[in-house]
Amino acid sequence: MKVTLRVWRQRDARAAGGFVRYTLDDVSPEGTLLETLDRLNEWLVATGEPPVSFDSDCREGICGACGLVVDGRPHGPLPGTTTCLLPMRAFRDGATVSLEPFGTGAFPVVRDLVVDRGALDRVMQAGGYISVRAGSAPEANTLPVERAVAERALDAAQCIGCGACVAACPNGSAALFVGAKLTHLGLLPQGQPERARRGRALVSAADREGFGGCSLHGECEAVCPKGIDLGVISRMNRDHLRAALQAGAEG
Amino acid sequence: MTPSLAAHAPSGPLATRWERHRDALALVGPARRRLHSVLVVGAGLAGASAAATLSELGYRVRCLVFHDSPRRAHSVAAQGGINAAKGYQNDGDSVERLFHDTLEGGDFRSREANVHRLAELSTRIIDHAVAQGVPFAREYGGHLANRSFGGALVSRTFYARGQTGQQLLLGAYGALAKEQATGGVTVLPRREMLDLIVVDGRARGVVARDLVSGTLEAHVADAVVLATGGYANVYFLSTNAKASNATAIWRAHRRGAAFANPGFVQFHPTCLPAAGEHQAKLTLMSESLRNDGRLWVPLRAGDDRRPEAIPEAERDYFLERRYPRFGNLVPRDLGSRACKAMCDEGRGAGPGGRGVYLDLTEAARRLGADVLRERYGNLFELYEHITGDDPLRGAMRIAPAAHYSMGGLWVDYDLMSTIPGLFVIGEANFSDQGANRLGASALMQGLADGYFILPYTLAGYLDGARLAAVAEDGPEARGALADVRARGARLLGLAGRRTATDFHRALGRVMWEACGIERSREGLAKAIDEVAALREAFWQDLTVPGETGELNQELERAGRVADFLELGELMCRDALAREESCGCHFRVEHQTAGGEARRDDERFAHVAAWMPAAPGRAPERLVEPLEFESLAPRERSYR
Repeated sequence: MKVTLRVWRQRDARAAGGFVRYTLDDVSPEGTLLETLDRLNEWLVATGEPPVSFDSDCREGICGACGLVVDGRPHGPLPGTTTCLLPMRAFRDGATVSLEPFGTGAFPVVRDLVVDRGALDRVMQAGGYISVRAGSAPEANTLPVERAVAERALDAAQCIGCGACVAACPNGSAALFVGAKLTHLGLLPQGQPERARRGRALVSAADREGFGGCSLHGECEAVCPKGIDLGVISRMNRDHLRAALQAGAEG
Repeated sequence: MTPSLAAHAPSGPLATRWERHRDALALVGPARRRLHSVLVVGAGLAGASAAATLSELGYRVRCLVFHDSPRRAHSVAAQGGINAAKGYQNDGDSVERLFHDTLEGGDFRSREANVHRLAELSTRIIDHAVAQGVPFAREYGGHLANRSFGGALVSRTFYARGQTGQQLLLGAYGALAKEQATGGVTVLPRREMLDLIVVDGRARGVVARDLVSGTLEAHVADAVVLATGGYANVYFLSTNAKASNATAIWRAHRRGAAFANPGFVQFHPTCLPAAGEHQAKLTLMSESLRNDGRLWVPLRAGDDRRPEAIPEAERDYFLERRYPRFGNLVPRDLGSRACKAMCDEGRGAGPGGRGVYLDLTEAARRLGADVLRERYGNLFELYEHITGDDPLRGAMRIAPAAHYSMGGLWVDYDLMSTIPGLFVIGEANFSDQGANRLGASALMQGLADGYFILPYTLAGYLDGARLAAVAEDGPEARGALADVRARGARLLGLAGRRTATDFHRALGRVMWEACGIERSREGLAKAIDEVAALREAFWQDLTVPGETGELNQELERAGRVADFLELGELMCRDALAREESCGCHFRVEHQTAGGEARRDDERFAHVAAWMPAAPGRAPERLVEPLEFESLAPRERSYR
């Protein structure tokens, strides 16, 4: 099939960027979008041109490194898919496919389609974990966890940290990302001792990093490649409210 | 000078070796730990767990990561599970049994004391992961669930659907984030190690490139820990992530660290077959699917009907036929060879006859599709995304692919390489998996090394080392920086016509043919010349656009391919020198009448460790003899 890629090119964080069009004639519909970009890059390199920079690694939808806005939608037109698993058969022959970075205020562009998502790591450092030292854990089966609870915790823990939720949100909110971690740890008995503190810490860290507030547009849920739903945001809000009330009662 | 390959493994009763060794190791007191700095390169399961644990103890840790975040390390892609000798299933499992299975699975080419220690520590890993909030699968009563993996007749594998690696990595990533918050660990993302700094014979730092600005940096410390993963990407097409590479361990090797058993690479039987010339990589379908899935090919060569149209009587369930005792759950080396044999007989499935069927339809009828989706949900989704087929409607089509490297930098029982102060953990070392790793053992090894071994053995080293201060602009650091700068300039200055990917693809073809599932004396000798010729062409005809002082992914790629072109030759030399078959190393000259691997314990019950070649000379092959006190080597029998 024939495809035109309309690609955002930007030399570095300070430079102005713009779209460049590349037309490829013999694209295999069985290949993926990133394989098509690989081919374009091989051709660019062979002709001495700088290839298109983009992040990707596992190509199995689990590492979260890849993430492009494809035709205006983070991770492209198919639901439940990361950019790396997007097959060319999702596009029609002769299509022009537009590729942009996950650019939001909190994710500055590094070069071309590569952005800096370090803000998500910094939010996690504020408390996205259970504080346990290696060596101090009790025997694993001393704490039974209801099967359905473990399954729901895993549903939320599946987040791959790609940032598509932020890129899709009109407010640039990281609520789905934060809510997923709070839900994962907050559902489990191991997560209870730090639950209130964790809720406060992650929500304030997200504010500090410049992520916007959530007004329940729901765009995040629609693009999440792992199907994490808005329920995690309700849970985050409940936890946050409870923590605030608790702090008030103690104070 | 030829280094010593003394393993420093303790003697005496096997069951208490680690305990006695640990109790004899020197300690560094809590107040003195913050005086010691440690560099950890890599933040997968091994690196993140080591960095976090060392920081919990009070050491000052700097962790270099070549991804944008530690959460992207390739451990994230491990699917099926992690072994531990908990014995929860009441099925006869024990530490001894896990030890035996792992040693025998490795075809008696690993160090007995290491394997026993791994089995002992396996249970603490599960305890720790659960405490971190890793949402493992549970029974209805709330207790932890298990499944089976290849090479075992018990169920000891803990799992979180088909994304166990992701969940364990997020546990270790959380531990790392916790220690970043305390200031104990500084994580530097988008940094790639390009050389090792050696001062007075000891590892004291690394040269890294800031991948965004292109700046070369010297980082110095009291000790260096490499946790940089394996090298299966030498085959170009493998299940490894695109950027997984050997550069860190290869550069350390060039500085004098012995490289052990480079030819021991695992081919995983159940991956999605290659589909075209421009395919970027291969995708794994977890071994856990063989709990419920059955492998088969048509009985008749050239039968090109769709799988559901082939009646039961015209199918050959070849693993169940050849290995009735273990059936579909034989270890990976046997599974891959059996798949290849079926294809070589002309009975392979799908285009080019390069695959076999992995069939879950019978299990779906028996257990219901919902039960299977609960066990393997994300794997089915992945299969559907890539192939466009429903895996429960017809049989899945799979084929072997390069997956894991058992070889790696040689380490002693304390996980220290032949360069004092250079520790190597996880897949980057060679230590515990012998000639064939059992499924669900890689996560176990990475975490045992990081959480429960290195934190003890590193103290033992630091206490006795009497280290002088080293500066980031000292002569050794400046020398290493100059070497790296010159190499980068040379890559950028070639102005040839071929891309690094083109050379990589060519190398992969040579390696797959000659140093793949089957190897021969003739093929390996020829491949050594072919790889050398390819390397020569690379340094003549490569093109890399752009500059060094910017984000330049093509320059990164070229450096990695340059190192693969050296490592590939060493792998072939190692496979040629080992005149026996063992585990994944199958030499056609050394097989039984039944087509199984024929080990030669008289001549090859040893680890082969290669020293870097001096210019114009062949590399030197050293040996560490392996002794087995607990379990006499025997022919593996899964029949």
